[in-house]
Amino acid sequence: MFVPILKQGDYLIASVQSELSDADLLKLRDDLVSRVGEFRSRGVIVDVTILDVMDSFATRTLRSMAHMIMLRGAKTVIVGIQPEVAFSMVQLGLKLESVATALDLEEGMALLDRQTEGDTRRG
Amino acid sequence: MADENCIPINSEIDIVTARQKGREMAAKLGFSSTELTLIATAISEIARNIVEYAREGEISLSIGQQGDKRGIIVIGCDNGPGIPNIKLAMQDGYSTGKSLGLGLPGAKRLMDEFEIVSEVGKGTKVTMKKWVQNHAR
Repeated sequence: MFVPILKQGDYLIASVQSELSDADLLKLRDDLVSRVGEFRSRGVIVDVTILDVMDSFATRTLRSMAHMIMLRGAKTVIVGIQPEVAFSMVQLGLKLESVATALDLEEGMALLDRQTEGDTRRG
Repeated sequence: MADENCIPINSEIDIVTARQKGREMAAKLGFSSTELTLIATAISEIARNIVEYAREGEISLSIGQQGDKRGIIVIGCDNGPGIPNIKLAMQDGYSTGKSLGLGLPGAKRLMDEFEIVSEVGKGTKVTMKKWVQNHAR
């Protein structure tokens, strides 16, 4: 399932629209890592509100995605993890570790604004 | 059994199908939304193990009854390489593949009952059960 990636100023917003297979997740990761360069983005928001399962593969892929995006010089925020999903991730022992998270898109944007304050590429 | 659903697992797309079917069946049994997520996640983990290690197998879902308890029974089986050391495979963080090594021990934590039988060269069978809690609804 295709995940649309929107450009919003210095940020990219990937809004997951349906359940994702492993291949979809890997494609999303690769797309974001390359588009960060294409659009010279400072931040990436991945909205996972729709996901009702985040298993070990999804968590690992999001983690590696955030790390790759960081190596490309941008910040990643995962937004919209549902309460049930959060509960299940903790039970399973999954950690997003150094990946930033926020409640929703609005909070995610605010977080990126604070984190990227002052370092604008557009000048 | 009448309420049985067998999903062939041949590729990673089937992992999504298996967990959706599991969620549907569990929803009919009256599990809470948190429990539905736990069940779907556990199914996802064992289905992924099938794809990753055995390449193909199946997940069967059925409704179980034990005394006055009702619940969902998930069986994942394959004719893959088998697990030489189950004790090791059930340890957090142990993985011979490319995963985090949380699949099997994690799935066990998400469910009420978990049993794994494996024979090297023959295959692996994982049986997981979760019972509906009689909380006031």
